[in-house]
Amino acid sequence: MNDMPTPASIGLSREDLPNSYIGRSVPRPNLPKLVQGRATYTDDVQPPRLVHAAFLRSPYAHARILSVDSAAAMQVPGVVRVFTGADLAKVCDPWVATLDHLKGMKSAQQHPLPLDRATWQGEPVVAVVADSRAAAEDGVAALAVEWEPLPAQLDIETALDPDTVVIHPSLGDNLCFTRTAEKGDVAAAFAAAHRVVEATFLTGRHTGVTLEGRSILADYNKAEGTLTVHHSTQAPHMMQGVFAKQLRMEEGAVRVICRDVGGSFGIKVHVYPDEVAVAAMAKAMGRPVKFVADRFESFVSDIHARDHRIKGRIAVDAEGKILAFDIDDRTGIGPYSVYPRTSAIEGNQVVNLCGGPYDFANYRCTTTVVFQNKTPTCQYRAVGHPIATTVTEGLVDLAAEALGIDPIEMRRRNLIRDDAYPYTSPPGMRFEGLSHHAALAKLLEMVPVEKIRADQAEQRKKGVHRGLGFASFIELTNPSPFMYGIGGARISAQDGATVRMDPDGSIVALSGVTEQGQGTEGILRQIVAHGVGVPLERVKVITGDTQTTPYGGGTWACRGAGIGGEAALQSAIALKQQILVVAGAMLQAAPESLDIVLGQIVDKDTERERMPLSELGRIVYYRGDTLPKDLPRELVQTRHFITKDYPFAFTNGIQASWVEVDTDTGMVKLLEHWCVEDCGRVINPLLVDEQVRGGIVQGLGGALYEHCVYDEQGNLLTTTMADYLVPMSAEMPEMHIGHVETPTGESLLGAKGAGEAGTAGAPAALMNAINDALRPLSARVTEQPFTPARILRALGTV
Amino acid sequence: MKWPAFGYARASTLEEVFRLQAEHGDDARLLAGGQTLLATLAFRLSEPKLLVDITGVAALRGIALQGGLLRIGALTRHAELGRDPLVAQHAPLLTEAVPFIAHPAIRNRGTIGGSLAYADPAAELPACIVALDSTMVLASAAGERRVAAGDFFTGLLETALRPGELIAAVEVPVATDASRSAIVEVARRSGDYAMAGLATTLRLEGGVIRAPRLVYFGVGNGPVLAARANAALEGRSLDAAAIAAARAALAGDLDPQADLHGPPEMKRHLAGVLTQRALSRFLPAAEAAA
Ligand SMILES: Cc1cc2nc3c(=O)[nH]c(=O)nc-3n(C[C@H](O)[C@H](O)[C@H](O)COP(=O)(O)OP(=O)(O)OC[C@H]3O[C@@H](n4cnc5c(N)ncnc54)[C@H](O)[C@@H]3O)c2cc1C
Repeated sequence: MNDMPTPASIGLSREDLPNSYIGRSVPRPNLPKLVQGRATYTDDVQPPRLVHAAFLRSPYAHARILSVDSAAAMQVPGVVRVFTGADLAKVCDPWVATLDHLKGMKSAQQHPLPLDRATWQGEPVVAVVADSRAAAEDGVAALAVEWEPLPAQLDIETALDPDTVVIHPSLGDNLCFTRTAEKGDVAAAFAAAHRVVEATFLTGRHTGVTLEGRSILADYNKAEGTLTVHHSTQAPHMMQGVFAKQLRMEEGAVRVICRDVGGSFGIKVHVYPDEVAVAAMAKAMGRPVKFVADRFESFVSDIHARDHRIKGRIAVDAEGKILAFDIDDRTGIGPYSVYPRTSAIEGNQVVNLCGGPYDFANYRCTTTVVFQNKTPTCQYRAVGHPIATTVTEGLVDLAAEALGIDPIEMRRRNLIRDDAYPYTSPPGMRFEGLSHHAALAKLLEMVPVEKIRADQAEQRKKGVHRGLGFASFIELTNPSPFMYGIGGARISAQDGATVRMDPDGSIVALSGVTEQGQGTEGILRQIVAHGVGVPLERVKVITGDTQTTPYGGGTWACRGAGIGGEAALQSAIALKQQILVVAGAMLQAAPESLDIVLGQIVDKDTERERMPLSELGRIVYYRGDTLPKDLPRELVQTRHFITKDYPFAFTNGIQASWVEVDTDTGMVKLLEHWCVEDCGRVINPLLVDEQVRGGIVQGLGGALYEHCVYDEQGNLLTTTMADYLVPMSAEMPEMHIGHVETPTGESLLGAKGAGEAGTAGAPAALMNAINDALRPLSARVTEQPFTPARILRALGTV
Repeated sequence: MKWPAFGYARASTLEEVFRLQAEHGDDARLLAGGQTLLATLAFRLSEPKLLVDITGVAALRGIALQGGLLRIGALTRHAELGRDPLVAQHAPLLTEAVPFIAHPAIRNRGTIGGSLAYADPAAELPACIVALDSTMVLASAAGERRVAAGDFFTGLLETALRPGELIAAVEVPVATDASRSAIVEVARRSGDYAMAGLATTLRLEGGVIRAPRLVYFGVGNGPVLAARANAALEGRSLDAAAIAAARAALAGDLDPQADLHGPPEMKRHLAGVLTQRALSRFLPAAEAAA
C-alpha cells in the first residue's frame, strides 16, 4: 500500500492514457460561468459603505510637486477624502525592489504616492476617494497641483553618460544592474572563426493588455483589526505578505481573495503603487475602497516590458558549427525597479537564455539595466525569452545565410543532441531533458517545406514575396527558490493542495495556484479526479483565497501545472489511500486489494463494484460509531511540492512562420504558423494547444503591432486601443500545434510549463520569415515591431 | 474614465431638435450612433450639458431615389448602407466602402450623418461622398440649404455646419454605365482607420477618362480631392502611362503629416501605391478578368 507511487503505478503510462483524465481534452469547469457573464470579478464585489478611488497622475515624465491644493476637490459633490503622498506615508511604509542574488543591483525607495517628485508620466500622485468613480474623477479634475517640470532621462543609450540627468541622486547614477556571463575563450573563438556576423536588434517596449483591468477592493475592519482585499492578482499569498508588511500589520490579519481574473500575462503579479495606496486608504478610513484601472491608466501604469537594444555577434566555422556568441543587451526599466520581483530579471534572463538551444562552447553576454522616466517595466509573459530567442535565431539565420547553409540544416548541425542530457549551457542553465531534434523532426512532418519553397520561387517570379522562418527556443518553467527566494523575496516557489471528500462522496480541492482564465482549475480538476478515482463532475476546485487555500506562489513563470498540479496529484493520491483504508475496514478487505474507479470502491483485480463513495461518506461522517475505534478516518489530505533537483524545468520547442510581405505597402500578411513544443506531460491537450496559440498571438503582437510609443518629452502617445494595436483574430494565421513529451523526473505528474512557449519563439520565427521574404531584395529588418514604415525603410522605399 | 454628468433628451421631430438646440446653444450636442461621441466624452475632451438623441427623428431616416439623385438619410447606419440594394445599384462605391469602416458592432450603430459631421480625416465616408460629388442637405430652424460635399469639409474635424444646423441627408448622383468607382486603403489591421486611403470615381467613355475624382483620406486634414492628379487624368485614355502621370502629379496634391504609423514620405508613397491599385482595376484587361 505504501509503496512510492510511480507514473506507471498511478495510471500515467502511455497505455493508460485513454482511460485517464490526464491527457484528455475535457472542457474546463468555469467556462459556462465566464461566457454567460456569471463570473465574479473584483469589480462585481459591492460591499456596503463602498467608496471609489481615482488618481491624479503626473502629466510630466519628471517633475517636482510644489504644492497640492485639494480645497476645490473637497467641495465636489460625493468626494469624501483626498490623500497625498505625505498622508499615506503616515500609514504605509515605502519599499525598495532589489534582490540580493543580483549582485550590485540598486533601486530607490518607492512610496504608494510620491512625496515630492513624479518620475514618469502617468505615475499616481494624488488620490481622491468619493462615493462613485465618476465623482472621484470630478474631484481629480478639481485638484490644483503646482508642478516644476524637470528634465527627463528617456534614452537608454545615454542613460549612463556623465551629463545625463540622474533620476535618483541618492543612487549616484542611472544604473540599476549589470551582469556579464562569460564562458570559454570568446576572443579566441571570434579570432579563429571562419565567419563572424553581427546585427543590432530592437524589441519594442510593449505591455500586456488584459481584458479585465487591474482591480482592487480593500476593506479594513477596525472592529477586527483585519484587512480583506479582493484583488485581481496572480499571487494572493505574496500580496497578503506585501499588504501586511507595508501597512505594518500581521500577515494573519490580512486576507486576499482573488475570484475570477480576466487575464494577467504577468501584468498582475507586481506591486503597484496605486493598489497599495488603495489598501492604505482603506486602513486609514476604515471602510472599503475600490479602484479599477481604466484603459487610459492601464497603458501608463501597468508594467511595460521588453524595451531592449541588443547588439549580437556570432562566430561559426566553415561547416556552420557555432563557435561563440557575444551579446550586449541594454534595457530601460523606468524610474523604479518594480517590487518585489524587480525589473532586473528580464535582462538577467536574456543573459541566461541567449544561445539556449545550441551546443557551443564560448559565450559572453552582458545586460545593462538602466533607469529612465517612463512607465516601469517588469516581468511580462515569457520574460526575456522572446528577446533572447530573437537575438539567437536572428544571428543563426544570418550565419546560415553567410555560409549558404539552409536554415533547417544549420539548426540540425547545432541544436543540442537529444541524448546529451543532463546538460549545462554556457551561462550555467541546467537542462534535465530536452528534445530539440525530435521537435525539429516533428515540425518537419507538419510543415510542407518543399511545397512552400516551390511556391515561394513561383511567387517571386510574379513579384510576390513570401518567406519561411524558423526559431528554436527554450523556456524556463517550474522555478525553484533560485528565481526569487534566494534573493530575499517572500515569493513562494513551493505550492500546496488540500483535497477532501465530503459526505456525498464529492471531492473538494483547494490549491495555492490561481485561475487567471487560463484553465488552472480545469487541469487541477482533471488531476484530482484521476488521483482519487472519481468522475470529473464530482470535483470542485477552489483557488484564490489566502484564508482557505494552502500557502503557495500562485501563477507565474509557468508553474501552475508543474508545481500546483503535482501538489494536487500527491494529495489526491494520499486521500485515495486514506479512503481505501476506511473502505478496507468497512468491507473487511485488504486496502491494497481495493481501488476507486469513477466514484465506486471496486475490487482491484476484477473491478467489481463494492460500494459507492457516498456510502463510505455516510458511514464516516454520520455513523462513525460503527467503525473500528482506532481507524484513522481523516478524509482530507494536504501535500506541498517544491522542485529540488533542478533550479528550473526547462522546456523546448521550435516554431515556423510563413508570411507574405507586400513590398509596396510594407504590410506583412501572416499566412501560416507552426509550433512544436515539449512541456512534458500534457494534462489537457486542448488547453495546452490554446495556451500555445494564445502565446503565439501575443508574440506576434509584440513583433508586428504592439508598441508603447513616447514623444520627446516622455509622454506616452499610445494610450487607447486605437493607437496601441493589439493582434486581432482577422490578421492571425492558421496555427498548427504539435507536441513532443519529455516528462520531468522531478515529479510524478511530469508536467512542465506551456504558457510562454508560444510567446518565446513567435517574434523570432516571424522576423526570420520576413527576412527570408525580403532576401532577394537585399533588405532586412531587426527592429520590432516590424511596421510598414520600418519595412519600407529597409527596402529603401522611404 | 467615466463620462462627465450630462442631461439626455430624445427628440422625435426636427422641430424638437431645433428647439432644444436653440434653448441650450453650445451646451447641447447631437447624439446619433454614439460611436464617436460617447468615446470622446469618456476621454472628457468636452463636457456638453445635454445630449440630444436624434435617432428617433423619422425625417432623417431612409434611402430613396429622388429626381435622379440617391437621397441617403443622415441616420442611415453603416450596416444598412452596406446592404441596401439601391445603394449597391446607384452608388456602389459606398457599398464597397462599408466593410472598411470599423467592425460589425460599430457599423450596426454608427451613422453616415455622424461620420460626415465628425469629419475624421481618415474616415472612409467623407472621402466617398466627395468622390461621388454629392451634395449635403443641411437643415436648421431656418430651413434647408445644400452644400457641395467638396465645400463641406473645411479643416481638421471641421465642417461647414453652422450652429443650430444638422445634416439631414446626402444626395448622391446616380452611377451610369460609364461610371467606375473604387475604394482602396492600407490599414494596420482590418477595421482600423486607414494609414492612407483612396476613394475614386470617374467615367470611362470609349476608354477615355472623364471627370476623374481621386479623393485621398488619412493623408491630410480631411478628404483631399487631388486636383493635379485629376487634371493629369482628364481626357486621357486609361493606360499605364496615364496612371503613372497621375502618380507623378499627386506629389503636388498631398501634404501629409507624420503620425504614429510613419513619416510623411511613407504616406505619400502609400498614396501612390493606392493610385496604381485603384486605377489598374479599370484597365480593360482587369475589367475583362473581373
Ligand atoms: C473602434 C472604432 C473604430 C472605428 N473605425 C472607423 C473606421 O475605420 N472608419 C470610419 O470611418 N469610422 C470609424 N469609426 C467611427 C464610426 O464610423 C462612427 O460611427 C462615426 O464616425 C460617427 O457616427 P455616429 O453616428 O456614431 O456619430 P456620433 O458619435 O453620435 O456623433 C459624432 C459627432 O457627429 C455629430 N452628429 C451626429 N449626427 C449628426 C447629424 N445628423 N448632423 C450633425 N451632426 C451630427 C455629433 O453631435 C457628434 O459631434 C470607428 C469607431 C470606433 C468606436
